Amino acid sequence: MVSELPPTQTRGSQFIHGVKAILPILLAVAPFGMIYGALARQSGLSAAAAQSMSFIVFAGSSQFVTTQLVSQAIPGLVIVLTIFVVNLRHALYSASVAPYLQRLPARWKAGLAYLLTDEAYAVSILHFEKEGSSGNQHWFLFGAGLGLWTCWQLSTALGIFLGAVIPASWSLDFALPLTFIALIVPALKDRAGVAAALVAGVAGVVAFALPYKLGIITAALVGVAAGMLVEGKK
Amino acid sequence: MSIWLVMLFGGILTYLTRLSFIWLQDRFSMPLLIRRALRFVPPAVLSVVIFQELVFRNSTPDLSLTNTRLLAGIIAVVIAWRSRSPLLTIASGMASLLLLNLLFSFFGI
Repeated sequence: MVSELPPTQTRGSQFIHGVKAILPILLAVAPFGMIYGALARQSGLSAAAAQSMSFIVFAGSSQFVTTQLVSQAIPGLVIVLTIFVVNLRHALYSASVAPYLQRLPARWKAGLAYLLTDEAYAVSILHFEKEGSSGNQHWFLFGAGLGLWTCWQLSTALGIFLGAVIPASWSLDFALPLTFIALIVPALKDRAGVAAALVAGVAGVVAFALPYKLGIITAALVGVAAGMLVEGKK
Repeated sequence: MSIWLVMLFGGILTYLTRLSFIWLQDRFSMPLLIRRALRFVPPAVLSVVIFQELVFRNSTPDLSLTNTRLLAGIIAVVIAWRSRSPLLTIASGMASLLLLNLLFSFFGI
């Protein structure tokens, strides 16, 4: 009865399948990495700091927000708090993949947690739910995560280089709100999500003058509450 | 706080968030309220930044028709909504801003 195991279940083929699953997504991720690198340079970060942020934080949206806050000389503690809140959603991913990784040794858990990005999570959870706990499925997440990581580091480096070349008259800073529009608008699939975004945005305009840019977090919380209210009414 | 410390602390907090439930397993489960709330965090935070970037120029709000960033941003939202393509959204937004600025300076607005 061993023959029931499909041939995709060796470590190597799981890894390759993970890489293949993430490849089409990399086409969309690479431009974001380049824009991040260029914006980070133009906001005054050194090339080393801009690249290191892609290594250390490795979470696109929060890196974009950080470049924006750094350029306005916001206190570090507020930036750290903002990074934390923007990345809180990863706790959802962590809870969702946990059952498929529970028998792994600690070093695997520690390594895969670092690679658990939006994109790697999205392709891996689909694969896990389809194939169940086969024993080697963590190699799929490893392949997808490493593929995305490599793309993010290389595109950051390319963006850092371009950021030094692109003239200031091109209004490259406008790429920040455009990037966020490109990220969230296609993801708004229901009324509750739209309510969260619109209420947060308007609250952000009202709360703009709060000290230390705390208006971002405050307004975001108001938006989250609005989203939950609309969702709860269903 | 230097940018390096900001990155280090921000990176550690992000990593611990990613590790949280993979590490804790069934010893702790996420309250339903938090689970529901987390879904709205990314659109909410990013939307705040979008609105602030489009509406404010040098810390003063500008909701007039001469605010070319706001106009180009609205065009980008429509393109993003209809096309769902990130590249097309960013490219058309940048092109709109460039054209609007040219147009407005040509007519001396």
